[in-house]
Amino acid sequence: MDRRKALGLAGAGALGAAALGAVAGRALDGSAGEHAAAGPGPAAAVPFYGANQAGIVTPMQDHLHFVAFDVITSKREALVEMLQNWTYAAARMTAGQEAGALGAVGGPPEAPPEDTGEALDLPAAGLTLTIGFGPTLFRDASGQDRFGLAAKAPAALAALPKFPGETLDPGISGGDLAVQACANDPQVAVHAVRNLARLGMGVVSVRWSQLGFGRTSSTTQAQDTPRNLFGFKDGTANLKAEQHDLLREQLWVPAGDGPEWMVGGSYMVTRKIRMLVETWDRTSLSEQESIVGRSKGVGAPLGRNGEHDEPDFAIKGDDGEPMIPVDAHVRLAHHTQNNGVRLLRRGYNFVDGSDGLGRLNAGLFFIAYQRDPHRQFVPVQQQLARLDRMNEYIRHVSSGLFAVPTGVSAADDHWGRSLFA
Amino acid sequence: MRTPRILAIGAAGALAAAGLAACGDDDSGGSDKAGSKIEVTATDTECKVGRTEAAAGTVTFTIANKGSKVTEFYVYAAGDRVMSEVENIVPGVSREMHVELAAGTYETACKPGMSGRGIRGAFKVTGDAKPLTEDAKLAAATESYQRYVKSQTEVLLAKTKEFVDAVKAGDREKAKALYPVARTYWERIEPVAEIFGDLDPLIDGREADLEPGTEFTGFHKIEKDLWVAGDVSQSGPIADRLLADVQKIVDLANSEKLSPLQLANGAKELLDEVASGKITGEEDIFSHTDLWDFRANLEGSKAAVAALRPVLDDRDPALAKTLDDKFAAAEATLDKHRKGDGWRLHNELSGAELKELADSINALSEPISKVAAVVAQK
Repeated sequence: MDRRKALGLAGAGALGAAALGAVAGRALDGSAGEHAAAGPGPAAAVPFYGANQAGIVTPMQDHLHFVAFDVITSKREALVEMLQNWTYAAARMTAGQEAGALGAVGGPPEAPPEDTGEALDLPAAGLTLTIGFGPTLFRDASGQDRFGLAAKAPAALAALPKFPGETLDPGISGGDLAVQACANDPQVAVHAVRNLARLGMGVVSVRWSQLGFGRTSSTTQAQDTPRNLFGFKDGTANLKAEQHDLLREQLWVPAGDGPEWMVGGSYMVTRKIRMLVETWDRTSLSEQESIVGRSKGVGAPLGRNGEHDEPDFAIKGDDGEPMIPVDAHVRLAHHTQNNGVRLLRRGYNFVDGSDGLGRLNAGLFFIAYQRDPHRQFVPVQQQLARLDRMNEYIRHVSSGLFAVPTGVSAADDHWGRSLFA
Repeated sequence: MRTPRILAIGAAGALAAAGLAACGDDDSGGSDKAGSKIEVTATDTECKVGRTEAAAGTVTFTIANKGSKVTEFYVYAAGDRVMSEVENIVPGVSREMHVELAAGTYETACKPGMSGRGIRGAFKVTGDAKPLTEDAKLAAATESYQRYVKSQTEVLLAKTKEFVDAVKAGDREKAKALYPVARTYWERIEPVAEIFGDLDPLIDGREADLEPGTEFTGFHKIEKDLWVAGDVSQSGPIADRLLADVQKIVDLANSEKLSPLQLANGAKELLDEVASGKITGEEDIFSHTDLWDFRANLEGSKAAVAALRPVLDDRDPALAKTLDDKFAAAEATLDKHRKGDGWRLHNELSGAELKELADSINALSEPISKVAAVVAQK
């Protein structure tokens, strides 16, 4: 048994160890299906193999390290080989093992260690690694078909339109490949990204990366709704793992939607949204609540009592105006106001230090999965960008769109196999 | 012992090989006599090698520079392993080079302008040189690198002296032109220099790295005088001391034998130098001539790997091939920034250009970090 798993087991106690062992066993024999079960514990492993990639409906972990890469090789074989190496390392790391079989201390003393070592002694911590392919992998900015993949590019990967009011930084936007690493221990997530980046040297180069702490959504009904940095519960009306019919309709790409290799996959939109928390903090409670459309304490839609009460957009207050204003965030984003369109949101809070003007460089790293971004994220965001009263306190600074392919079935499968087939 | 050699020379080529082989007991093979030196005529566009075959043993080349550019002459084994080289052959001059060559195929190269791959030609050595044992190959690696160090230190000393003379003469333009050139020979052999812990900071210490209370000396002090103060009238004593320290380190370096493992680690450390000091522009913060040092580190790393090449070819040919590819890719990336006889300045490079350079060094450094364990295998 390898070091990380052994130590993880030792630390988890007898019952925990049995549960963890069972999960790790499933992960290795590739028998897992949808990753939706209410997880055993925050230290346990999430099965890597399955019909869909883990890290989408998986109960949302507490920490994120997201990374986007540029492919710097022109050789298709080199890229495929790297994806195979990544898949091997990802299967190991998500099971709580070191990136390579020799690990951090098991190799020859003259060689640099195969694993960087900072996750030694740590359990799997619910680590999921989810890969996505960006539009520029199929055709570069000049329209060049870089790897003979252009014919397989899904229509859904077409560039997002420019939204009103956004000023995007291209240096932290886009990318040919992206990996979303989520874990209940930030060190485990960072370890995974760092080892993948290292394995990719010469083939890919890190374009940008983002750390996130504190989930801002829940992806299962068992999870509490967390709060974003405005202090409000976020993601109450999120798509949840248990909503099988909605997931089929709104999340997973069905046969016939586009290229065959995307069946069972999903599309990921990322937006780094800076929050101007200092000005928000000096806004009155009633103003904050009317901007969001929910109460700050309970998270109930204005005019209702409980967090999970359906918002009633018709209720009017004493002044005759709607309780949930026409430009409130909840109203503009709600599926009942968007032709039933839903997203599976998986965003994280971030604080990237401060900005030199005495303000926290803080906000929300928004991640949303969906069946077709041009029918889901785009119309919702168009509405929000035009009308949302919250815009005064937020700035969209980066954007990404990635095709997240179907799951890896077993050890002889690898990320991107059907795309490169 | 003379007879077979004379026969070999007389017969040349295949017959010579047969003659030597028949002779049998002479492992080192024959040696071309003084009268059979191979004449090389180097011009700016041609590299005429009088004979492209020789018998195993010591081969002597006489290189005449008939061109208008300073040139160099090399004999390479597979993987661009330098068997021997003569640098800095100025126009109108002839230089002699002696090189011990075992049977095999080689390449000769003249490098007018002292840059690029040079004008290459095939060169064949015949004889019955026995394949080296693994231990002998490792020992040969050490010797091969020692030859490299010797060739580099000779020019380092000469160029440092020219630089120091220009500084002392108050010729700032000449000194500025010579600064990155002299440093090239230093940066190529930095793994050796770093063994002598006291001398390295005296010669190459950066102002930002100085302990409080220590004097700022060496190349970078004069760099600051040249580029920032624009005044070297007080730099004479520092310049004298630089030359004396370089002389000391040259003597020490030539008495030092680097083990194969030290070579492997040195090859990696030179690239680490590039990644941490040159790409960031910290090395030559006043002159911005970092790309000269970058190129020299890359060449030094390649020379150390080349010395280990026979061992790598035996033990991990796939790694050897990867290193060839990645060295070539890194050189090609760097070559985009050539300007005249030198390089663009660090502060002329865009963020995207620096990232591309960093990517190429990362791509090379990961496989190079695997060389040490291959060399250390029992």
